[in-house]
Amino acid sequence: MGKVTLDAKVETIDGQGFQLTRLDKVIGAARANSLWPLPFATSCCGIEFMATMGSNYDLARFGMERMSFSPRQADLLIVAGTISKKLAPVLKKVYEQMSEPRWVLSVGACASSGGIFDTYSVLQGIDRVIPVDVYVPGCPPRPEQILDGIMNIHKLVSNESLRRRNAPEYKEMLSTFNIEAND
Amino acid sequence: MTKTELTNDSFYNSLQEQFTSSIISKEEPFGLVTIEVDSKKILNIIKWVKENTSINYLTLIGGVHYPESEGREFALVYHLHSLTENFRIRLKAFLPKEDLKIDSITSIFSGADWLERETYDFYGIKFIGHPNLKRILNEDSMDYFPMRREYQLEDATREDKDDTYFGR
Amino acid sequence: MSKDLKKDIKEEYEMERKSKDTIDGDLATLNLGPTHPATHGIFENVLTIDGEKILDSVQTVGYIHRAFEKIAERRPYNQITTLTDRLNYCSSPINNIGWCMTMEKLIGCKVPKRVDYMRVIIMELARINDHLICNSVIGVDTGALTGFTYLFQQREAIYELFEEVCGARLTTNMCRIGGFERDFNETFHTKLEAFLTNFPKIFTEFDNLLSRNRIFMDRTIGTGAISAERALNYSFSGPNLRAAGVDYDVRVMNPYCSYEDFDFIVPVGSNGDTYDRFQVRQEEIRQSLSIIRQALDKMPEGKHYADVPEFYLPPKQDVYENMEALIYHFKIVMGETPVPVGEIYSSVEGGNGELGFYLISDGGRAPYRLQFRRPCFIYYQAYPEMIKGQTISDAVLTLSSMNVIAGELDA
Repeated sequence: MGKVTLDAKVETIDGQGFQLTRLDKVIGAARANSLWPLPFATSCCGIEFMATMGSNYDLARFGMERMSFSPRQADLLIVAGTISKKLAPVLKKVYEQMSEPRWVLSVGACASSGGIFDTYSVLQGIDRVIPVDVYVPGCPPRPEQILDGIMNIHKLVSNESLRRRNAPEYKEMLSTFNIEAND
Repeated sequence: MTKTELTNDSFYNSLQEQFTSSIISKEEPFGLVTIEVDSKKILNIIKWVKENTSINYLTLIGGVHYPESEGREFALVYHLHSLTENFRIRLKAFLPKEDLKIDSITSIFSGADWLERETYDFYGIKFIGHPNLKRILNEDSMDYFPMRREYQLEDATREDKDDTYFGR
Repeated sequence: MSKDLKKDIKEEYEMERKSKDTIDGDLATLNLGPTHPATHGIFENVLTIDGEKILDSVQTVGYIHRAFEKIAERRPYNQITTLTDRLNYCSSPINNIGWCMTMEKLIGCKVPKRVDYMRVIIMELARINDHLICNSVIGVDTGALTGFTYLFQQREAIYELFEEVCGARLTTNMCRIGGFERDFNETFHTKLEAFLTNFPKIFTEFDNLLSRNRIFMDRTIGTGAISAERALNYSFSGPNLRAAGVDYDVRVMNPYCSYEDFDFIVPVGSNGDTYDRFQVRQEEIRQSLSIIRQALDKMPEGKHYADVPEFYLPPKQDVYENMEALIYHFKIVMGETPVPVGEIYSSVEGGNGELGFYLISDGGRAPYRLQFRRPCFIYYQAYPEMIKGQTISDAVLTLSSMNVIAGELDA
């Protein structure tokens, strides 16, 4: 076989070519598969979360290899464990420090609704202080359930409209929690 | 006093010799000698116990509220242990609700610090001489003492749980 | 450079440094927590530091106060087992069995030998579980993340064993007053044999990574040391006290649950620093494996429950056929079983130390007063004294080596 030479003057489209898609789908896919979670683990659900991070259930294959402990660099706030009334202002401060877009996953019965602790010192659900996107029930939930919750977060993230965080409805929702919207 | 082999009776007798007027009663529920003492002498008694017997380990300090008994509403229960002779004792001191003060034993056992703060947080018993008597487990702004029997378990201001369904 | 020039530069540098000292002469305050990646749990320590050296610290706890003792005054006796799960949630079967033993002492019930041996196996598995978390987390805090991934995979094997017995991984609600709800089945024995064969090899690998590792030893020897006298004064117990040199183990001093039948040593350290705590826990894991092997080999035949029909649920078939069994079942489930009046203090050797239950019963369906003697709460008071004069990274390491579990700290 002889060598094939291309005429230098002819313009050809070489390589992989073009993909045609929507911008928000690309951004959604990129965001969903590279979420940086902030584990806010307080009690027993925190140990199950650590087991989810371990090699048997492996959260890293979903892009969550790096746990960000700084709220400024995190996308997903994972609240696992009981939140007491003493801790609620701390949780709110951490949520306010996160920059948009941000999502919240509430792991366990105590974070979702107070759980078995219907007492004077336990906050009956974190949705009294911050908006929550996905709730994972269980006491504690199995790692597979936590993974299911994260899959639901991925679904929310990849389908989110790019204009949502600037829309007036979102700001109104945040104001019901007395949270100032970040710009 | 030489450290002798401790039994319930020998301990009670030596304590009675030393502090005759402050010992009020003695019981032995499940084999653990339980001695009720005068609350004003608790510091001297525990100091004597630590220095003169081999009982040198504080296991637990707790409070109990008996709202029905007049003049003896609050009880403070001290559990002490001798590690070398495997001997446990329980000392109880009763306090009336009008005068909820007792000496702190943090000068003898450093481990009593947080145990006494927890008892203050739950029952409101004031410990004289405590280095830092503040609430420890509840919020600082709380204005009542939650473990007292007159207060209920649930938060009084909750509106999301309907008591008819939650079987209170 | 000429000598004069060098001298000038040196003088200028000294003057600048001196002026900086007078401007920044105050001590700094650093807030370690409440949410901090290195504190495993929610505790706040406000440190006063001079450069990197810690001078003092103020602690705040109570961020997960869930009012267990108040809840316990409402719940019937068999429902309190679920509360005890959540005290030291890394080794919850030990808490459950401790509570059941307290109740059995109160009602005067003697359980068969087989139940004792089964309980010993479960408690030692739970102790291994707890120590594995603590040691792998000490590794993580020095930067060695590999050990964490190895050991957490082994913990999954222990979780599967717990699931065979009671159905849950973490909050097990394992025991009943009088025994177990079901006997160990074939799968449990198979999995336990597999665990006892495979685990020691992986554990030796983890040990080889850290125990004689130069970096690990340099970081942990001498950090967070406490002497035996101070530890006793602070009422320490468990591995922290044994690392300081005092051999107090509730299993040896007040044997419960047939522990006197087993042959094991209690490891004791000498300095009370982080390295000693690490090594004490490592050795306790090996001793626990030996105890489980002995219990399996010597397991007697018999029933898996004692004969206390007022507290132990009758078999379901009997409930459908027998009138007495139906009444007992109803009373136990509704929590209307009368309990003798009395007060009792009973303790077990938990993962962190002497876990005690002080119970005052007035004959009603719920305790009059139940107080938990929580070892974490008592020894965490000594933390400011242990980190005085050390650096911030040592403070982080000391905290993780003390194995402070937030559920047990705040109850």
